[in-house]
Amino acid sequence: MEYEVVIGLEIHLELQTQSKLFCSCSTSFGKEPNTNCCPVCLGLPGSLPVFNRKAIELAVTAALALSSEVQLSSRFDRKNYHYPDLPKAYQVSQYEKPVALGGCLKLEIDNEPKLVNLERVHLEEEAGKLIHSGVSILGSDYSLVDYNRAGIPLLEIVTKPDLCSGREARLFLEELRMMLLYSGASDCKMEEGSLRCDANISLRPRGSEVLGTKAEVKNMNSFRAVEMALNYEAERQRQILVSGGSIIQQTCHWDEEEKITIPLRSKEGSSDYRYFPEPDLLPLLLEEKEIRKLKAGLPESPAERRLRLREEYGLGKREVSLFTANRSLGDYFEKVGLKYKDYGNLARWIQGDYLYQLRETGKSEDALEPDKFVELLVLLDNGDINRSVAKELLAEMMISGESPSRLVSEKGLKQISGQDQLLPLVEKVIAENPDAVNNYLSGKEKALKFLMGKVMAQSGGRADPGEVNKLLKNKIVE
Amino acid sequence: MKLYQKTVFELSRLMSSREVSSVEVTQSFLDRIEEVEPFVRAFITHTPAMALETASLVDRKRSNGEKLQPLAGVPLAIKDNISTEGLRTTCASKILENYIPPYDATVVEIIKKTGMPLLGKTNMDEFAMGSSTENSAFFTTRNPWDLEKVPGGSSGGSAVAVSTGMAPLALGSDTGGSIRQPASFCGLYGLRPTYGRISRYGLIAFASSLDQIGPFAMNPADCAMLLGLLAGHDPRDSTSYPEKAPDYLSAMENRNDKLKIGILKHNSENGFDPEVKDAVNRMAGLLEKEGFTIDQVELPRTDYGLGAYYLIAPSEASSNLGRYDGVRYGYNGGGDNLENMFSRTRGAGFGPEVKRRIMIGTYALSAGYYDAYYLKAMKVRTLIRQDYKEAFKKFDLIIGPATPTPAFRIGEKADDPLEMYLSDVCNITDALAGVPSLSAPAGMHSNGTPLGLQLTAPPFCEGRLFNVANYIYRNRDPQLPERPAVRFPEGGAE
Repeated sequence: MEYEVVIGLEIHLELQTQSKLFCSCSTSFGKEPNTNCCPVCLGLPGSLPVFNRKAIELAVTAALALSSEVQLSSRFDRKNYHYPDLPKAYQVSQYEKPVALGGCLKLEIDNEPKLVNLERVHLEEEAGKLIHSGVSILGSDYSLVDYNRAGIPLLEIVTKPDLCSGREARLFLEELRMMLLYSGASDCKMEEGSLRCDANISLRPRGSEVLGTKAEVKNMNSFRAVEMALNYEAERQRQILVSGGSIIQQTCHWDEEEKITIPLRSKEGSSDYRYFPEPDLLPLLLEEKEIRKLKAGLPESPAERRLRLREEYGLGKREVSLFTANRSLGDYFEKVGLKYKDYGNLARWIQGDYLYQLRETGKSEDALEPDKFVELLVLLDNGDINRSVAKELLAEMMISGESPSRLVSEKGLKQISGQDQLLPLVEKVIAENPDAVNNYLSGKEKALKFLMGKVMAQSGGRADPGEVNKLLKNKIVE
Repeated sequence: MKLYQKTVFELSRLMSSREVSSVEVTQSFLDRIEEVEPFVRAFITHTPAMALETASLVDRKRSNGEKLQPLAGVPLAIKDNISTEGLRTTCASKILENYIPPYDATVVEIIKKTGMPLLGKTNMDEFAMGSSTENSAFFTTRNPWDLEKVPGGSSGGSAVAVSTGMAPLALGSDTGGSIRQPASFCGLYGLRPTYGRISRYGLIAFASSLDQIGPFAMNPADCAMLLGLLAGHDPRDSTSYPEKAPDYLSAMENRNDKLKIGILKHNSENGFDPEVKDAVNRMAGLLEKEGFTIDQVELPRTDYGLGAYYLIAPSEASSNLGRYDGVRYGYNGGGDNLENMFSRTRGAGFGPEVKRRIMIGTYALSAGYYDAYYLKAMKVRTLIRQDYKEAFKKFDLIIGPATPTPAFRIGEKADDPLEMYLSDVCNITDALAGVPSLSAPAGMHSNGTPLGLQLTAPPFCEGRLFNVANYIYRNRDPQLPERPAVRFPEGGAE
């Protein structure tokens, strides 16, 4: 029998706020353990939570970006369980009435559109972090707790089981990440734990409408890990089913070293969290006006940007994708594009030499003043300099910020063109390299390149390569 | 008359006219504590040095001509579930026996800013769960009117401290009667304010949707003064009421005898002492004579109040008390792994009544039982609120007994939790409805212990409670003692 894979994801996202969800402690990363803490986020007896309005705004912004329906009235609940990283022994979360319901994300996979629907979007607080003396809590002599992260606002996004492979899951996450980065809700840094993902995965006979028994996969620490873990788990389940076995509902851990999923004790999968409404908080009420304002303030989405880059600038797929994924590089392209209309040429320069220079110098995407970039390109277009000089100048401008025209006149880099200046050089090179000339005449195209190089060297790199090429051919044939 | 016998109103006047100093006033209460405390044991922690330090600071400020609040220099006692920075706050539990909060509750902050000397932290039932202080992990407080009887609870220590003159004022907390029931048993005024009127920030939670801090005092005016000081919005408590508090003293003194008062008809008075009913009727007659209209009022669905309360409060408690796990503060029972440490800490750290309620609450919130228990109880709570809303369309105030019986003997109900729960039956529905409720002395039982009248007003109408209570206070029987004459057992304290 042929099986199809059904995957749903739960994404946890740290919202980009200055302070925690229910107190004014800082959310900054990498501080001394237990220094970003107060009675509230430590859950000291008698302390009470108070909403951080900024976190709520960001949650609504993210929900709007994902076309999720923001609820005018939502509620916080307590999720009760004991663990040392959870200072109150309950997590304040949204269970029955989340801040937003539904939503979707449109992807393009292998040139086919793919719609992934969302179940819900809700707010909750982050737990602290355990640092074990050994590998895990079980084998350790002791464990330390750091509550700096406790109370940081998290957004949980739950998809419908609309994904069919590990690759689809990865592509979805990449698009989701970009969407949320664009919305400004989160910095989505997986390595700092500000974006995490768990997955539910099951198999069913192709064509069946009924969902199979699922496993939950946790501990996937990169998009690549998500893809690998889900592909591994799908194959594990398929083998069980093919050999006549059945899947048991359980939680699996992705082992990054071994590249396998390891089932946890099934007891942990069946916790009863005894959810009930958080009595220390009032219902979260939002006004239509507020939501409309946030919606109006939503920046362009990645999909909108792709469309615009294609239609406004006529860019190709690769450039569109680059200028969307690297948003500030795209912004820079558009800034220079205000004054330079050969968008194709500009895009080639930016994704080629400019990007190369950025990597070399480690500078930010808007390192070079747009006007100077335009000046450089115009010098080249007018034939005042040749291409290799332009490249050299760009490298120099990145460091000194000097204007290209000034560099040209200071260093005498103006292009040498016209028979009067070039012919003597060409003739000299032909005279000095009879072997190469003969090779060319016997059909070896490469020899012409060699001669070209000689002429360019004679001109100090300033000769117009097109003209040199023409002159060389003419002269040799004569 | 000694200073500790005077009203707060009078003490305030004497201090502001500089006839006495706060140090003298405070010392008078400290002396009284030395005299009486060994027999009644109302305090878990005594803070005489801190009290005198605050008192002399206030005296210095006064002599410098600084403008001070009326309650500046007036000492008070605070229940030991209200957080005090640097001063251990135990909730009368072994699990918090050595817990020292690093911050002050909002009410404590106000009290310190006002310059009210803190006499000590008072005994209570563990985590405010109980009606007799017998559930304190440390010792049982005794009723000063009869040392063999309980003072009520859970704020028994605060009630006893004020009724014996060890403190002119005290703070308690009331989740389902924990201020009003001991006030009734000890013969003084105890107010549960409207839910949200006083900030809960720093009050160690038992049941968050029901907990309220409130004052104990010997008369309505003193009670009004303390409420006026503490009531107000607190941005740190999301459930605190955003409006400013009115002037309760002037609300109390307005002539207001046109009010319609409903006398509560209990559907079932099983287990009610007949003298309780007589006392309520006597009070009703007195108010009628003063010009108030009295009629019967029914709250038909309040029969279900006790049942609903004993699902909602333990449910919230089971969650609120989860944090006592030995990881961060408080008692740690040791153990060789995590689960072991959790169960040893909680197993040895909590007393039997706390464990019972944690188990009831855990059960009521469990998957498969939630709808039948917690959710059903919340629906009952909504219906009870509606009952009050209806009743307050016809009546300005509701009166009834504050307790079904006077104080019972120590040990009498200790082994029967249901009997113990029933002693709060008169107090619980007001708490569920979130309305303000005051217990006022209503004469004596033939056995020599006090009886109480409970007055209930619509939300945020505490002024009306003080107003009517003041008629009762002014008409009190001069033959009856206001305070217990603590009869010291032969041979001194145990």
